[in-house]
Parts: sequence; C-alpha cells; structure tokens
Amino acid sequence: MTTAVLPETGSDIPPPDQAGIAEPSSIGEVSQWRLMARRFRASRLAAASVIVLLILYLCAVFATFLAPNPYDQQDSDQKYAAPSALTWDGGPAICSKTQYLDKARFEYKYRTDCDNGVPIRVFGRGFEYKLFGVIPTDRHLLTVAAPHKLLLWGADSQGRDVFARAMQGARVSLTIGLIGVAVGTFLGATIGTVSGFFGGAIDNILQRFIELLLSLPTLPLWLALAAILPQDMSVTNRYLLITLILSLVGWAGLARQVRGKVLGYSSSEYVAAARAAGSGNARIVFTHLLPNATSHIVVTAMLAVPATIIAETSLSFLGVGMLPPAVSWGVLLSDAQSVSTVQQYPWLLIPAGLVVLAVICFQLIGDGLRDAVDPYS
Amino acid sequence: MLIVVVRRIVYMIVTIAIVSVLSFAIISAPPGSALAQKINQLQSQGGAVTQQQVEALEAQYGVNDPWFVKYVKWIGGFPHGNFGQSFTLNEPVGNLIWSRLGLSLVLSLGALVIAWGLSIPLGVFSATHRHTLPDAVITVIQFVGVAIPEFLFALVVMTLAATYLGSDVGGLFSEHFQGAAWDWSKFVNLLSHLWIPLVVISAGSTAWLTRVMRANLLDVLNQQYVQTARAKGATERVVIWRHAVRNALHPLVMTFGTTFPALISGEAIVSIVLNLPTTGPLLVNALLNKDMYLAGTIILMLSALLVIGNFVADILLAVVDPRIRLEAGRS
Repeated sequence: MTTAVLPETGSDIPPPDQAGIAEPSSIGEVSQWRLMARRFRASRLAAASVIVLLILYLCAVFATFLAPNPYDQQDSDQKYAAPSALTWDGGPAICSKTQYLDKARFEYKYRTDCDNGVPIRVFGRGFEYKLFGVIPTDRHLLTVAAPHKLLLWGADSQGRDVFARAMQGARVSLTIGLIGVAVGTFLGATIGTVSGFFGGAIDNILQRFIELLLSLPTLPLWLALAAILPQDMSVTNRYLLITLILSLVGWAGLARQVRGKVLGYSSSEYVAAARAAGSGNARIVFTHLLPNATSHIVVTAMLAVPATIIAETSLSFLGVGMLPPAVSWGVLLSDAQSVSTVQQYPWLLIPAGLVVLAVICFQLIGDGLRDAVDPYS
Repeated sequence: MLIVVVRRIVYMIVTIAIVSVLSFAIISAPPGSALAQKINQLQSQGGAVTQQQVEALEAQYGVNDPWFVKYVKWIGGFPHGNFGQSFTLNEPVGNLIWSRLGLSLVLSLGALVIAWGLSIPLGVFSATHRHTLPDAVITVIQFVGVAIPEFLFALVVMTLAATYLGSDVGGLFSEHFQGAAWDWSKFVNLLSHLWIPLVVISAGSTAWLTRVMRANLLDVLNQQYVQTARAKGATERVVIWRHAVRNALHPLVMTFGTTFPALISGEAIVSIVLNLPTTGPLLVNALLNKDMYLAGTIILMLSALLVIGNFVADILLAVVDPRIRLEAGRS
C-alpha cells in the first residue's frame, strides 16, 4: 500500500526519514560494476596494461598489413640475416645487404652497405593478402623496393621474416590463452557451483577428484596429453585440442575457489530468505549465488590467462604443443634451442620479449581487477 | 592427531593408485607403439624379421592386450622393483630412472630451500619498507620473475654465463670430470654447474612467494595485536619477527602444496634446456617415442613425490597450527 504511494511524493521531495540516507551518495546511484570500473581505472598500471594489450591484439589482427614480407616465405638469400640496419638517406632508409660465401669457413656472411640506403616507404605495395580475410589488398605499413627486404627483426634459419612470424604467431599465442581459460572457467564455475551448492556426497566426490588433479605435476601431465595427439594433425584441429588440454588442467583450481564462495553464500541469510519465499534451486543459483561470485570468477580467470600463455609457449618450445607449419611464439622460440644459436643469432629471441610483455600485462590487469572488485583484500 | 595422520595416509595411497591408472590410461591411448618402431629398426639393420619373431616379441611385451591387462602386468611388477622394459633404450625402466629421479628431487628441493630462504626476508623487507625504492625494485623484479617462462630464463642465463663467465654450461660436469672418480675438485665442478639450474628453477617460485609473503605481512601488520605489541613497548624487530611474521608465515606453508608441483614442472623443463640427466628430458623423449612403460613410471613417480610432499605439508601445518589440529581431530 505505502509503496504504491511513494513514487508520486518521492520523485520531488524525498520523504524526511530518507533524506539522511540519500544525501551523502552519488555512490548509491552508481551500479556495482560502475564502481569497479572506476576503481580499476584508478590503478594506472592496470589501465596502461589494457592499452598495451589492445595494441598487441591489434597487431595480431593487422599482422599481414604490418608485416613487409609473408610470414611463411622462405628465402635462401636471407638465411639468418641480421635485422636490417636503419640509416638516414633523405628519409628513413635501410642499409642494403648482400650475401656472400666465406670460402675459408664455408658459411654465408652478409655485407652491408650503408652509403646507398634503400628508402623505406609508408603504405607501399607489397605481397597481396586479404585484410580481415575478405578485403583483397597489397598495401603494407612499411615496405622497401623489391630486391631488398625489410627485416625488422632479422630472419630465421629458412630466411623467413621473424617480425612477420611474430605478428602472425600472436594470433595463436594471444587467443589460445583466452579461449583455454574461457573453457576452463566455464567448467570450473559449473562444477564449483554444483559442488558448493548441493554439498554432501557430490561435493565430497568432486572435491576428492579436484584434489587428485591438483596433485598431479602440471607440466608432465600437459606433456603426456599433448604427446598423444597425432603428429600429422591439421593445424586447426591441433589448435582446438591444445586449447582443450590447457583448459582441462586449469579448471580445478577455479572450481575449488568458486565452491568456497558458493558454499559461503549459500548459508547466508538472503539465500535462506529466497528459499523461504519459494525460490527454486535454479533461481537461487542463477539470480543470487552466481552474480555474487561473478567478480571473483572474472578475477581468477584473468589471473589464469598468463599461466596458460606460458604453458602454450613451453609446450610448443618442447615440440609437443603447436607444431610447424603452425606459427606461435613458442614455435618461433623453438628455433632458438641452443646456447650457440642464441649467441650467434640473438634476434631469434625477440618473440620472447612479446611473451613476457603479454604475460606481465595480463598479470597487472588481473591484479588491478582484484583490487577493484574487492578493495579490502 | 593419530587419526588425522592415518586418514591422510589412506587418502595418499588411494590417490597414488588412481594416478597410476590415469597416467597409464593416458599413455596407452595413442595408436602405434614403440614396438613397431623397434621392429622397423630391426628390419632396417638388415636381417628379415619373420612373422614368428614379430609375434614372439608382441607376446613378450603383451602389445595386443587391452590396456588394463597391460596395466595389471605393469603394476604387478612394482613390489619387485620391476617397472617394465623401455622399448627405445633397451633397458629395464628401473635402471634408467633412479639416479635421474634422485637428481630431480635434489634440484626441486634445493630450489625449494632457495625460494623460501630468499622470499621470506625479501617479502618482510618489502612489506616493512613499503613505497620505498627498494620495495619498488623488488616488486618489479617479482613481476618479471613470474612472467618469464622458465625455459626462456634458462636459455638467457645460460647464454649470459657462456658469453661473460666463459664457463662451460649445461650438463652436470665438465668433460674431463665425466668419468673421473669423486674428489673435491669434481664436487666443486658439480657445484659450478648446479647453480644455474637452481637459480633458474627457484626464480619463479621465489618471485611468487615474495609476493605472497609481502601481502600476508601487510595484512597481519594491520591487525590490532600488532598495535598492542607496539603499545606495550616491544622493539620494532620483536614486533615484526616474533609477532607478525610468525602469523604471516602460515599461508606460506599452505602454498607448499602448489609451490612444489610448480618446482617439479619447472625442473623438468629447465633440465631439458640445460641438458641435465634428470627425469624431464627422459620423459619428453619417452612420450614422443611412445615408450609407455618408461613414461608411465616417470609420471607416476613424480606424482607420488608430490602426493608425499603434500602429505608432509599437511602434517607440518597441523603441527604448526593448533587450530587446524583441533578442528581435524573434532571432525
């Protein structure tokens, strides 16, 4: 009865007894998520990380546009060519480079000539590709005239452009972590909720199972699972299965945390109230428990992404994750297996910098999110 | 307390049993076996392999049995110390793994000691000197330390050591000590090779634990009993080390269960890069060659190590913390 009257009076003049509550806060009008977003933006490192990661993802999307050379083009004239030396010749230019055979030691060497620079063109024409997979074009961000090659980060053992490969590899490395974590989060959240909400025997069995999974050494398990995939699988299938394998190991920790949260909430008074009001299990779970746990799930998932990226890189490095002809950062790094290779051709390690950068950014974002979601921890 | 220990031991045995089934099922899943490769090898070495010989070999290794029959045969040998035969290396698995397992354990435990030894003082320093330059430096190093994949760190450290220290890196000994008898100089040589893997393996965990320690101590320092301790005139050192750190250590003991698996994983991959004779390289090769008894035994042994480690951690926790002891005794 009284509630029906309130809107008419309440819109203009707040009832006297509510004035005290309404007055101090614009905060009261802002939703929980808005507040979190505000707190998140306040932590500068996390916000900067978002920008850096966005740039990395844009690089992955525009990989073919950014790369002056096709990522899979082999070139026997450029084997282990060092990064193109930059110079100034009426504009930015690169030193021209010619390969010759060192007859005494019988290895290929390069002679650079910086007096006659090859000018770098912006938006020049290069190899043809399809932007976003649909728009055919041949424009690239930076190019040089035909016989020369712009190798920003040098070339690998087959004379392939490391920069182009790193950009292409970002497509696999930056998505496999996200998708793997997404699948793992879904599994973990579902199982954790079931376990925490129903309790009893189900809870007991699930918890023992999770303990079991957590007590396995992760890397050997990943290795074993990845090694049973046939070697001649198509790149897409392998990508999907590796993603699945990464998520299969990762969900257990999340399930345990979600269970803890759900268990805590389900004994709280508002759940008892909902139940007294006649809510079914489904309603309680989806409208009362999960929304409360969501922020926590998001944070845990975010903090799991870096571990998954590192896992993919490590597996590919060992030759059981993604395999050539697929390109990922781990596959690129597997070219730099030995000390002598790294000493002679240090630029092969440049993709490692990208891995570290991406992982640090994800970590900082995860930390920022955690602080934003739960400022008291 | 006794009930707790007994219950934990039963859990432990059940866990190891399930792990053994799981690991074996995973490994025997892929089609094709190392035996087929062995037959190919025999054929290529000249000498036709007759159908009879193939069948005899297959019967000997039980290749055509379903996986659970193989499993029973395999596990049946364990009490006698017989872990099956490695197809690729032509040696009983038992001969291959013990020394490697020992080195894996030494490296993991060594890294554990280093990680704890460094992370506690660093974490305490970082927390008590919050917002100073050293704290910022430690924090940055932590972030990078957690972010660098171990294999990469191993590669970088090894390259730097090879370039600037000129030391022969990788492996356990320098060449001229390889077959030599044990003496002091060989031991020193061993140490000069071991520091790189130890540093690399412990780096990630040290960074992580420092972060945990710092956060824990900051939490504890805000509590009122710390204020009380200060108010009654205790010196800062006593307040920090006797009152605060003790309680902050507690979650660190609890992370033992996650630190140890990470160290064992790290040890495996670092050993591959550094070419150390531990279980890591052996496992990868066994998996790639589908040498299933070898791979299965290694996975089982590593898991058993972890389960035992967790058991020890649980008991330690119960010993350290009376609350846990009481609660476990009641339920």
